[in-house]
Amino acid sequence: MLIGLKCRNCGQRYPIEPLNTCEECFGPLEVEYDYDAIQERVSREKIEKGPNTIWRYADFLPVTGRIIDLGAGFTPLQRADNLGSILGLDELYIKNDSVNPTFSFKDRVVSVSISKALEFGFDTVGCASTGNLASSVAAHAAKANMNCYIFVPADLNVAKITQALVYNPHLIGVEGNYDEVNRLCTEVSGYYDWAFVNINLRAYYAEGSKTLGYEVAEQLGWEAPDRVVVPAASGSLLTKVWRGFKEFERFGLIDEVNTKVTAAQAEGCSPITTAFRTGEPVKPVRPNTIEKSLAIGNPADGFYAVKVIKESGGTAGSATDAELIEGIKLLARTEGIFTETAGGVVVATLKKLVEAGEIDSDERTVIYITGNGLKTQDVLAEYLPSPIKIKPDLEAFNTQAKPEQKEVA
Amino acid sequence: MAIVRLSTPLRKFSEGKPEINTEGSTLKEVLANIDSKIPGFLEKVVENDEIKQFINIYINNEDVRLGEGLSTALGESDVVSILPAVSGG
Ligand SMILES: Cc1ncc(COP(=O)(O)O)c(C=O)c1O
Ligand SMILES: [Zn+2]
Repeated sequence: MLIGLKCRNCGQRYPIEPLNTCEECFGPLEVEYDYDAIQERVSREKIEKGPNTIWRYADFLPVTGRIIDLGAGFTPLQRADNLGSILGLDELYIKNDSVNPTFSFKDRVVSVSISKALEFGFDTVGCASTGNLASSVAAHAAKANMNCYIFVPADLNVAKITQALVYNPHLIGVEGNYDEVNRLCTEVSGYYDWAFVNINLRAYYAEGSKTLGYEVAEQLGWEAPDRVVVPAASGSLLTKVWRGFKEFERFGLIDEVNTKVTAAQAEGCSPITTAFRTGEPVKPVRPNTIEKSLAIGNPADGFYAVKVIKESGGTAGSATDAELIEGIKLLARTEGIFTETAGGVVVATLKKLVEAGEIDSDERTVIYITGNGLKTQDVLAEYLPSPIKIKPDLEAFNTQAKPEQKEVA
Repeated sequence: MAIVRLSTPLRKFSEGKPEINTEGSTLKEVLANIDSKIPGFLEKVVENDEIKQFINIYINNEDVRLGEGLSTALGESDVVSILPAVSGG
């Protein structure tokens, strides 16, 4: 089903190898499939009979060998009427991807890329991570019996470091921001023959995110939504959600796609939103926000993300640190879903875009909640009330913890 | 004299070597000096006096786009890294 790799910028073709950069123009390489051959094999019925993981879409993924599967994907698409009515949206859904095996959407891209690394014969994998990728790569490497080198910013959220360490990788805390970690990792990858999932294996890795488009379409009854709001760091996820919808359209699995793709970023690191809003090329920034998962100041897919937003008729917004904290709390209080800072950015950005009239109340809207709240508890602590402490005594409850004292949303 | 580190797609210009030493007092001069020894190098990296879209250049680990770009001054033992911009995330 795989033809090879193709440069997204100049069209130059390359064989199926651990390569992510075009030798001619340095543009990004993308996987090319034999769509006619896929067309003959796929149907809604076949997909519906598949496993309840991303591998129900194996025909559309770039792996042919053994699969390393911890169960990523096929996460709930939950109707969100409580949040919708507060925001003024008639039909809002949450794609709750915070319940993946390592509690973020990264398990999708990692299941694909670690499987591919095995297929290529690597014995060592690695990555540069803003936080979530670290645990996902470490967990899948453990399952695959591979050596693992993870590079993260040293000041990462404690819970993300603890989580990554438990899988026993070589964890390297770099004194710098993510862009510096990524630069170092890109250099290291030029000296060591390892599979870096988001560097030399990035073309394969990124394909895993298409499943967030496929799943939403399937779960809506084989239909793409009117609007998606997607958190953007490198911009890869956003472009691949779109590619997922467009591929399903091409194969006739869904009707015409009219989905407005909308980016959400933290205001302290919003190069994609800024480029969309100003019409200027993407300019790198130095991130300044408590939102670390999305803190990429120089986004690899920034150019293509802006292109997808424009092409789809979508928009882009951003949320301040205070707004994203409110976003986390609002989602938990209305829908019972505890998300990390990236999800707070999505909820807060959605709220602002609805208030600004950029998203209409009658749009069938899906927001992507891509990471779990337990990962970034540290940033929330000071914004939540303390529990009421009492003696184990009925009188103490009646006098100190009467129901009126309970805070309501 | 600056040390210039080349990423894999550029190493065909250096006979496979990961680093080359070059004279020059600004980034622009250093790149031009490499080009005079290895013709074709400059146009791989620079277009219309700007660093090409899919390339990042760092001086002592600092992204030059966050500073002075091609006119960034270079001292004796500064290290220049030329890397693809399409990794990470
Ligand atoms: C929770 C979460 N959501 C979204 C993203 C955005 O991913 P991308 O780099 O593909 O834009 C990330 C990236 O690390 C993330 O950790
Ligand atoms: Zn190219």
